[in-house]
Amino acid sequence: MTRFLLQRIGLMIPTIFFVSVIVFSLQQLLPGDPALTMAGDEASPALIAEIRAKYHLDDPLLVRYGKWVAGIAQGDLGISLRTQQTVVQLLTQKIPVTLELATLAMIIALTFGISMGILAAISRGGPMDYVARCIALFGISMPAFWLGILFILLFAVKWRILPASGYVPLTENPLENLRSMIMPATVLGLAVSGVIMRHTRSAMLQVLSNDYVRTARAKGLSETTVIFVHALRNAALPVITLGALEFGQLLSGTVLTETVFSMPGFGKLVVDAVFNRDYAVVQGAVLCTAVVFLLLNLFADLAYAAVNPRLRGR
Amino acid sequence: MKRLLFASLVSLAVTSGVQAQSLRFGFNEDVDVLDPTLSRGFTTRMIFSALCDKLIDISPDLKFTPQLATSWSWSDDNLSLTLKLRPNVVFHDGEPFNAEAVKYSIERHQSMTGSQRKAELGPLKSVEAVDSLTVKLNLSAPFVPLVGYLSDRAGMMVSPKAARELGDKFTTAPVCAGPFKFKERVAQDRIVVDKFDKYWNKDNIHLDQIVFRTLPDPTVRLANLRSGQLDLIERIAPIDVAGVKSEGRFAVEENTELGWNGLLYNVGAGEKAKGPMGSDPRIREAFELSIDRDGLVQAMSKGQYTPGNQWVSPSNAYYDKQLPIQKRDIAKAKALLAAAGKPNPVVTLVTPTQTETVQFAQIIQAMTRDAGFDVKIQATEFATALDITQKGDFEMFTYFWSGRTDPDGNIYNFTACNAPLNIGKYCNPDVDASLQAARRTADPEARRKAWAQAAALILKDRPMLFAFHRKYFWGRKKEMKNFVAYPDGLVRFTNLKLN
Repeated sequence: MTRFLLQRIGLMIPTIFFVSVIVFSLQQLLPGDPALTMAGDEASPALIAEIRAKYHLDDPLLVRYGKWVAGIAQGDLGISLRTQQTVVQLLTQKIPVTLELATLAMIIALTFGISMGILAAISRGGPMDYVARCIALFGISMPAFWLGILFILLFAVKWRILPASGYVPLTENPLENLRSMIMPATVLGLAVSGVIMRHTRSAMLQVLSNDYVRTARAKGLSETTVIFVHALRNAALPVITLGALEFGQLLSGTVLTETVFSMPGFGKLVVDAVFNRDYAVVQGAVLCTAVVFLLLNLFADLAYAAVNPRLRGR
Repeated sequence: MKRLLFASLVSLAVTSGVQAQSLRFGFNEDVDVLDPTLSRGFTTRMIFSALCDKLIDISPDLKFTPQLATSWSWSDDNLSLTLKLRPNVVFHDGEPFNAEAVKYSIERHQSMTGSQRKAELGPLKSVEAVDSLTVKLNLSAPFVPLVGYLSDRAGMMVSPKAARELGDKFTTAPVCAGPFKFKERVAQDRIVVDKFDKYWNKDNIHLDQIVFRTLPDPTVRLANLRSGQLDLIERIAPIDVAGVKSEGRFAVEENTELGWNGLLYNVGAGEKAKGPMGSDPRIREAFELSIDRDGLVQAMSKGQYTPGNQWVSPSNAYYDKQLPIQKRDIAKAKALLAAAGKPNPVVTLVTPTQTETVQFAQIIQAMTRDAGFDVKIQATEFATALDITQKGDFEMFTYFWSGRTDPDGNIYNFTACNAPLNIGKYCNPDVDASLQAARRTADPEARRKAWAQAAALILKDRPMLFAFHRKYFWGRKKEMKNFVAYPDGLVRFTNLKLN
């Protein structure tokens, strides 16, 4: 197990290096000049040149890459061209918000998705199956932006039971934090729960048709034990993989929900940075996302081992 | 002793009865750099309105009024501007505001790397501290629009001590002499400022705190006002104005913007200038004649915007009434195209991807089709659009300009030969001469005359098309008192009360 863990961590280092090279070189291909974007349309050529020199934008690519990597080694990801805040400061402001949002959304998605998936599988072809599939379809097909505005109009404007926007840090006021998170987390969670429900359903259907399930039933085990101990444990593997991937998606793909609910999150930071050609922020954020994805994959692998004893010895 | 106890209890009851006034203000885009020297964004000016007092302010009817300077006067040759400063003013860090501080701030605007103010200060040669409360700005050539620029970011004063100590980090904790001092910033979310107890006009500041919140979507911004999350929002979408007014809970304030909205033609920048639009003014005239400005503002704003054909709106004192808006005339437009030998010109219109600019481009496309134009719209995000225009890789470009207090700021940089915003490379020495004449004199009548000459030439050459002037709409809780709508789109927090 330790060897397995070390192997996976060892593989992460070249992957992160590869990602850093790709991010750095790909964004150079974006049309538009960061110095010009920062200087604006009223700027004189002298001002654009001044900005380019100040931020070393005219240094050779390799030199800039070297400086960036050297900075990372010292915990310095650079400075945002647009706001002059450090990238580390920006990321530490944003990551807790998105992490909490994604975690809550994932809890909602897993709770709904897995329970609906199990219900749909054990009542295959029955009314419960259809209801669960309809809800899943609703979750997947509703655009987050539209659903978000609908929620705001209902819960914040009409009934006034939840705040329309904003984020209250958990450490400041846990109750207000939860109130500010419920709507965005539900909007995000609903979309993911649809996908998880469908995967759980099909995995459960496959497992339930196996011989060992028939044997378990023949032994006289209760249906609850058969479903939760024997079937679900085996059906959980693809759902874990999917869950890890979806969680990664949630961390970087929450921009619409963050915009609607005005959450100061990670997704909006990245999108705005791309539009403003704020290279340091894009690089820092993408690198950070890549590291999180790799860690999530590692956790998924560890979770496989926890669920499936046969994988532990490998 | 009893009396003392009673007095304390009364004072406690009174104190606890007075609620802290915290204004929650939602605006539509994130601010950029919180440094008046480096900042470029419109919404950043909103924050500065709370943080950084200027030497000069404007009144709602666009007259220059005292702020940190109590009076100012030009020398007879208009080569120096003398400003008398307000006494007993301190910066947020307790440092005194005086002539030395003004000299430092203005020289910082001139010399700091990346300064966006350098060009605005024009031919400013030196800043002289005559005495502790008198400053003299010496110019190498007359530049009357300087007063206008001093009523904007170039006139904002920063604490010399804080600016020296913080250097590049000044933007993370700006220190000025405004009614509120900086507390915190969470990028893309909020900026919080607290009342400054030593503000020179503190008796007229009734808010204890302002929380500026960024909510880019107008529907979401309005939903936040309706749900009680915000007390004040800016830039309500014109389509929502009637609905908000009819609810009765909110008041809508409005004012026509200082700027203009329209198109810039490429008449001299590279190969694209050789197309039909750039090479023949008759085709540009036909294009303009095929636009129905009343229909345009009806479609864009339910008729709330103002049609226009000059760089100031028809209600501005410097609008030239001798050059009124031409009515739509498709027959004449077709005749002009026929005379130019291009009955069906195919032209590309580059537009940034903001909702309103794209909508404007689509309406223009539909209207000009009637005259025979085939307009292809190339919508592109801002950074790419900037790149395209700087390289001259466009025939027409939609341009929305928020405007400046002095009309010079609405036209000089767009039409003077080699000026920075003159992306279409238009150049007419007679226009330059008229615009320069308006810069040299402080006499309103002489300026009006000079601009009228420039307008006659520009409207004939058509390097650009002025189509309409937007309105700023603010939505506020009805209980709010003393809100005044200013034409520069910024909120003044002096006298403002929540209830």
